[in-house]
Amino acid sequence: MSTTDMNAASSTAPVVDEEELRYARAQKREKIGKWLLPILVISLAIFLWDRVVVWNEIPHYILPGPGLVVKTLIQDWGMLSSALWVTVKITLAALSVAVIGGVGLAILFTQSRYFEMSFYPFAVILQVTPVVSIAPLIFIYVDSRLAGLLLCAWIVAFFPILSNTTLGLNSTDHNLRDLYKIYGATRWQRLRYLQLPTALPYFLGGLRIAGGLSLIGAVVAEYVAGTGGIGSGLAFRILEAGYRLNIPRMFAALLLIAATGVVIFTAASLLSHALLHKWHESAIKREN
Amino acid sequence: MTLPPSIPPMGQREKLLEMSNVDKVFNGNVVALKDMNLTVNQGDFISLLGPSGCGKSTALRLISGLMRPTSGQIAWEGGMKTGDLGVVFQEPTLMPWATVEQNVWLPFRLRGKSIRDVQDEIMWALKMVGLEKFQKSYPRELSGGMKMRVSIARSLVTEPRLILMDEPFAALDEITRHKLNNDLLELRDKLKCTVIFVTHSVFESVFLSDRIVVMAARPGRVSSEVTVDAPYPRTEEFRTSADYAELCRKASDALHGAMNEHGARASA
Repeated sequence: MSTTDMNAASSTAPVVDEEELRYARAQKREKIGKWLLPILVISLAIFLWDRVVVWNEIPHYILPGPGLVVKTLIQDWGMLSSALWVTVKITLAALSVAVIGGVGLAILFTQSRYFEMSFYPFAVILQVTPVVSIAPLIFIYVDSRLAGLLLCAWIVAFFPILSNTTLGLNSTDHNLRDLYKIYGATRWQRLRYLQLPTALPYFLGGLRIAGGLSLIGAVVAEYVAGTGGIGSGLAFRILEAGYRLNIPRMFAALLLIAATGVVIFTAASLLSHALLHKWHESAIKREN
Repeated sequence: MTLPPSIPPMGQREKLLEMSNVDKVFNGNVVALKDMNLTVNQGDFISLLGPSGCGKSTALRLISGLMRPTSGQIAWEGGMKTGDLGVVFQEPTLMPWATVEQNVWLPFRLRGKSIRDVQDEIMWALKMVGLEKFQKSYPRELSGGMKMRVSIARSLVTEPRLILMDEPFAALDEITRHKLNNDLLELRDKLKCTVIFVTHSVFESVFLSDRIVVMAARPGRVSSEVTVDAPYPRTEEFRTSADYAELCRKASDALHGAMNEHGARASA
């Protein structure tokens, strides 16, 4: 074999050494494992749950097996789905108001130090007081049950958006701020072209937290509000099923709440990725 | 864009800016800059050279209008408008969410001009720094040197009367720094622009400038001025010439003079 042949071979086929091969294999394993492992572990947990119930002959009014929960979910789908819809509506409405209120307040805070000094303590007080303890009062003062639920969920959800967005708006690069000043930027231009884009990753972090919190807020508020009838959400269904010792239905409703939380978190993460993947460090994959 | 005629020799240049008896005091007792007098002429390449704490950056901030002098005056010939000034910082200071061309667009954008209206100016500035092929890239896709070039393009795009550079190449590796030094001189030769360049490096200041203003610390003040009379264009050969070595020695002596001035005062 001549040397030219070897050169030709090496220029067509890239040289891959043992270490690179090992690295590539590890990468592939990790890629598969990322999906396979959680599925496996969850399946195993469900299987064990089922076995524990069967082996110990636990009655369904104490711990129903996963099969029965799914069966109840399908059987009671009419009632549960309308309850789910109510909870989802309140959660999303509260989250929207939290986004508008949180971002709006954050912008006001950064526009005026005095405004921030005056109103930040109120935001903190609202945040640190447990919603369960404020909720009964809210339902005394607010006539509309829906408005009361919304208010409770909002109180829980808006703070992370407010504090994260405020932090983001104040995190602009000081040299860029000087540059804007030198080029004679107006307050509005600085907010729009510099502060809001800087705050975006912070805001999206807050949104992920607030998404989960608004669901918690909606559920907790409904526990407190109590009164049932038309337009009751999943929390009320859980309470009601508990009184009737209909444990499988409690589990089915719980399953729906958990699923809703996961969907909200995933949606927020996807939104975050869509908005940041082009430029932000958190969304950039390292090549090596 | 038409290029102005060549830079006249020193002594025949028109005045651009004058700092007279400028003092800056912080907190009522920290004297950052004391009695600074400096006449900047059109076409000057001035380096402000000195140890940290000598008020180099304070001087730049005063000239850029980010700060007002405690006393004294800074007067521009014909007054100063936005766009008369381009600034390059030690960091590239780019907006990471914006593409290269959007970053260079910034000075115009803040004047309410759409990116389409100033496309020619943006492309011209990018061509000047050799990045015309990267207009759609994001800053994170560029190397440190390339980011600095974008920053320079942004400072050029309004065709400013004065460009302020605050240790722009200090964070780069030496090879990149030499390359950018050469390119900056080439750019200056093409545009006939006026530059004030802050640096810690004697070698960099000698290679680039025709005037070196040596500053001393505590309080920050002008200690002396060294004229670098080596002709432009200066190339890599100049960097290794005997003239260069001699000029470096001269600037270095002046800098040591400035430091000892401080030492003498501190021990007195």
